[in-house]
Amino acid sequence: MKRLTYLLRRLQWALLSILFVITLNFFLFRVLPGDPARAGIRDPRLTAQAQQAIRERFGLDKPVINCFETLNPLKLGKCGVNPLETQFFIYVGNLLRGELGTSYHTNRPVSSMLGEALLNTVLLVGAAQVFSIVFGIILGLVAAWKSHTAVDFTALTASLVAWSLPTFWLGIVLLFAGSTWLGLPVVGKLTPGMAYPHWGAKAADLGRHLILPTLTFTIVVLGEYMLVMRSTVLDVLSEDYILTAKAKGLSTFQILKDHALRNALLPMVTIVALNLGFTVAGAIQIETVFSWPGLGLAIFDAVGRRDYPMLQGAFLLIAVSVITANLIADLLYSYLDPRIQAGQS
Amino acid sequence: MSAVTTTSFGTIWRSARRNWMALAGLSMLAAAVIVAVFAPLIAPYDPKADLKVSIDDIYAPPSAAHWLGTDDAGRDVLSNFIYGARVSLIVGFFASFISVFIGGTIGITAGYFGGRVENILMRITDIMLVIPDLPLAVVLVALTKPSLMNIILVIGLLGWTGTARLVRSQTLSVKERKFVLRAKAIGCGHFHILRRHIFPLVLPLLVANTVLVISLAILEESTLSFLGLADPTTLSWGQMLNFAFTRGGVSAGAWWALIMPGLGIVWVVLGCTLLGQGLEQVLNPRLEWHHLSVGPKMVARGAKEERP
Amino acid sequence: MKPVTGQKTLLSVRHLSVGYESEGKLLPAVEDVHFDLREGEVLGLVGESGCGKTTLMLSLLRLLPVAGRITRGEVRFGGQDLLDLSETEMSQVRWRDIAMIFQGAMNALNPVLPVEQQISEAIRRHDASVSAAQATRRVEELLEMVGITANRKDQYPFQFSGGMRQRVMIAMALACRPQVLIADEPTTALDVMIQAQILELLLELRERLGLAVILVTHDLGVVAEICDTVLVMYGGMTAEYSDVDRVYNHAVHPYTQNLLKAFPDLSQPNARLISIPGYPPRLDALPSGCRFSPRCPAAFERCHQETPGLYTVEEGHTARCFLVEGKV
Repeated sequence: MKRLTYLLRRLQWALLSILFVITLNFFLFRVLPGDPARAGIRDPRLTAQAQQAIRERFGLDKPVINCFETLNPLKLGKCGVNPLETQFFIYVGNLLRGELGTSYHTNRPVSSMLGEALLNTVLLVGAAQVFSIVFGIILGLVAAWKSHTAVDFTALTASLVAWSLPTFWLGIVLLFAGSTWLGLPVVGKLTPGMAYPHWGAKAADLGRHLILPTLTFTIVVLGEYMLVMRSTVLDVLSEDYILTAKAKGLSTFQILKDHALRNALLPMVTIVALNLGFTVAGAIQIETVFSWPGLGLAIFDAVGRRDYPMLQGAFLLIAVSVITANLIADLLYSYLDPRIQAGQS
Repeated sequence: MSAVTTTSFGTIWRSARRNWMALAGLSMLAAAVIVAVFAPLIAPYDPKADLKVSIDDIYAPPSAAHWLGTDDAGRDVLSNFIYGARVSLIVGFFASFISVFIGGTIGITAGYFGGRVENILMRITDIMLVIPDLPLAVVLVALTKPSLMNIILVIGLLGWTGTARLVRSQTLSVKERKFVLRAKAIGCGHFHILRRHIFPLVLPLLVANTVLVISLAILEESTLSFLGLADPTTLSWGQMLNFAFTRGGVSAGAWWALIMPGLGIVWVVLGCTLLGQGLEQVLNPRLEWHHLSVGPKMVARGAKEERP
Repeated sequence: MKPVTGQKTLLSVRHLSVGYESEGKLLPAVEDVHFDLREGEVLGLVGESGCGKTTLMLSLLRLLPVAGRITRGEVRFGGQDLLDLSETEMSQVRWRDIAMIFQGAMNALNPVLPVEQQISEAIRRHDASVSAAQATRRVEELLEMVGITANRKDQYPFQFSGGMRQRVMIAMALACRPQVLIADEPTTALDVMIQAQILELLLELRERLGLAVILVTHDLGVVAEICDTVLVMYGGMTAEYSDVDRVYNHAVHPYTQNLLKAFPDLSQPNARLISIPGYPPRLDALPSGCRFSPRCPAAFERCHQETPGLYTVEEGHTARCFLVEGKV
């Protein structure tokens, strides 16, 4: 039951964070110079009807929040505006209905454009995360086990270098090398205009497009995971229970697998979760370099085109995804750590 | 976070001298600073000078006149590269100063006062921690005017969370020390205790952390510039890469314009990382031997024992 | 109360010397130690902390830290010298023949694995023919044997109290029916009542299973109560080695005599306790001559210059002291 309390507390925390992000997102785009809705009205690309539609949808004739204009706390609640008719509540209401506005650039609903982009990003990030977590864990484990040897020194130095690489630059270098010497595709998700006889051919084409972005992503994230894993395993291997395991006659492999790995995974879950912001940063850069049609590219394009509804929607989606992923990591942590299962601290 | 036992910078310096990471990092950073300071003396051309460009000067490969070739505007890549060090270091230094100042203040206040103050401050930190930095920075920079100042402010104002958490945990462990409790018992004011007793013990760790924050700031600046969010007239390494990448550098095969600026970023960031890691090892030394360490043979019958 | 120990010698240690490498030097931690352990015997290993007790025990199982070197001697077990075995052969001897209980069971158990897994992995490591179900049944038996209800097998170490955790540790040590059990200060971190229970349990198991036990302790009362023989160590060397009666009633080494005086004797409640002045030597600053000489009330000129040999007082009673040499 204690575990349930823990989970409820984490859920409550995630909801609070999402609420904060929504508020931040609303005010950022209202207060800073480039108000998307207002700018939208002035956008010459829109017809008069479209402008009127925007005005109504965002409630631009209504106050931003209740009494926001007066900013006088004494007058709060006295200015006769129904709080449900303020822009903020209209915004939140729209969000709840999945309504994120219309892209200035394509005139399509932002939500459907983001949906496709999210899927592509998850594909890229997912593949890279799986590789970097697996290799990071293995390399970190081996480096810690072989501490004070050339193996450890090499792995440590390589990780520090990988950590210092700017993601987009590594992407450019691999793009350059991959297209010049390996003939790999470096733009987008599928070869444009290509006809696929069956789904397998399409998957193969997708796979070839994924190779370089995934490799870039894996190298960049791998360094940090390896460093964290190495230092955690060094701590674990100095614990008394490792000596017990050795005294029990277990082989080194068994000790590493059943004791060191298991105990070092817990901190890794936290690091992977905390690292999601960094992962998103990597996605923006890699998608930009390889024109991978994901959320990162959506943000980049939206900035260039001053497509504010898209930018606002993409930011919100990314922030909510990261918060959700953190929540999932918490769930996983509570599953892995018996102390939480049993209701201890 | 284990407590730091050495507090005097002399002691730290003596052990840092024996740490290869710290030494290598410091040398790399020193080299970068020298290049940045003496840029006008070292650079063969002035990047801001008026230039008459012929078609042959665009993406010209390395030659005797241009050791690292030219860029899309026909300018000397080496000179741009040397001047670019200035922007990276300026942004890295000022942005991390802001981050470390905010993070340090929040961390030390939360750790020292505890209770509700700590609760509120750490909640704010946690929320800031889950909001992904780069997208927020992109949005902020996109919505404001692209300028060096704005980039410094955005990076600085978003990058303090790690420092806040680190400083808080260090403050928590320091404030239970005997002399702090004694200072409290004899009625010293909060400000006095913070300044005279807590801050000096937090400082070494803060310095090691600052170096790492600088490296993150430099990476973030180069990313924002690469994404085209910087003032196009300030020529940073990220900006050079943006121009080379978006203006046909890849299809022109102009590797010289694509490689060098990136190597510059790696050099400075790696220097900071090595220095930061090295300093951390000096402050938090630990034996890297453990129960499964592979060493010389344990059974060494016949080896001579020494009697000191 | 004490059962007659068997005549067969299980473990025989000769001339064992162990050192630690430090900055290119080899600092001696254990020097020229001898002892025998017979079936069912309880050997008490006593001495102040830092005298090499734990190093000696770890070197029997070849579990020394990286810097540790066994420089001389033999550890004979079942007709072979354990120091000659390969690392793989040695790992088979561990736990199957010689098991060990460590100081402070707090950290000796893995916090994130249920106790059953930690016990059964030892069983199945040494007998591959045991099925998972058989291993579970054996774990239940073992837990019952040390006084823990079998249904707690799925619990994690933090769910047990300190005393219970040490019982789990004992159950684990007995998992492969070893012939020798090394207990390195098994009761250090426990309160007095629990200490007594754990020692009683060890004694009971010794009787039931015919175990030979090496009990490392600095508690002379415990030694008097449950041990058959005593090995007193000082500065990495044997000070005195004999059966418990002779050590308590006819100790010849000044260190043993002082150690006994420093310990409360319930039969003479009014006797003054006298502690030994000074500190045990550090490995990197060993005194010349007899290692006890700087603190020894009976030391004379020669003690400060030469290291005394191990002299036999009478059959089964040895001591490393020039006073003994004179008497013989």
